[in-house]
Amino acid sequence: MTKAILGKKLGMTSIFQNGKMIPVTVIQAGPCYVTQIKSKENDGYEGVQVGFLPRKKQRTNKPLMGHFAKASIESPLKILKEIPVAVQENQELALGMEIKTDIFEKGEIIDVTGTSKGKGFAGSIKRHGFSCGPMGHGSHFHRANGSNGTIDPGHVFKGKKMPGRMGGNKVTVQNLEIADVIIDMNIILVKGAIPGSKKSIVTVKSAIKKQGR
Amino acid sequence: MDIIKAITDEYLKSDLPEFRPGDTVKVHVKVVEGEKERIQVYEGVVVKRQGKGATETFTVRRVAYGVVVERTFPVHSPRIDKIEVIRFGRVRRAKLYYLKDRIGKAARIKDKK
Repeated sequence: MTKAILGKKLGMTSIFQNGKMIPVTVIQAGPCYVTQIKSKENDGYEGVQVGFLPRKKQRTNKPLMGHFAKASIESPLKILKEIPVAVQENQELALGMEIKTDIFEKGEIIDVTGTSKGKGFAGSIKRHGFSCGPMGHGSHFHRANGSNGTIDPGHVFKGKKMPGRMGGNKVTVQNLEIADVIIDMNIILVKGAIPGSKKSIVTVKSAIKKQGR
Repeated sequence: MDIIKAITDEYLKSDLPEFRPGDTVKVHVKVVEGEKERIQVYEGVVVKRQGKGATETFTVRRVAYGVVVERTFPVHSPRIDKIEVIRFGRVRRAKLYYLKDRIGKAARIKDKK
């Protein structure tokens, strides 16, 4: 069953497991609360909206406060997102339900989705991995694009790789391993790197390609 | 940041001796051979020490049978049984990369007074 939780990337460090040093990313995941259950009759599709991170009451407008009141959540939440929510057998999906890190366990394989770091206006070498020209011997062709295409169609084809804005996209890294889960601190340690800067919001989901060992 | 510190605190060693680049150290490394575990001593000059917290590492340079070997260890690795400091050296650099292309007499380091 796909399950997911929202988290905040806190940074990277290393831990030791079985005498080996393992690079891990620290994610502060949850607690999330179910704020809305979307149904086919009302919304045209089925989905679950959850909220994450506290928001100040005086910064929350009345319509949004009403939205939280419907789910009987007293303190407003900052981030609202639709994610797949796993429901255990003895439990029923309910408004205000808490989602914590205990849905994941050590050794599970997961996918992490986040927003990659913005690189600004980047050239074609950095953005698309084009190769450089020779830097010396009077070459005069250093880091430029090269040709934009043939003369025959009389225009440049759509989708031609050129310099432009790079980064800041939605990126998913698949098949990462959970190195450890610290439930009482709401922390998930993921082996390896995940997209985005520190303090950015990420979605931790069970892997769609590999299921846990 | 404090959360990261709280997570890694349990891995940090508290009984580490003070050592810096230029010092000669004996590193007692636990080597796993099949099922048995034994301790191997690796002696040499500390060339650099970098990083902080759980990710901190140090590099030891050793001349074995005329071949220079540089090995990097995580300071807080559980595979390191203990670190012994044999000599304190006097150096004027934090990273002793200049030792790399020196052998024998040229690679000596003065003792700290």
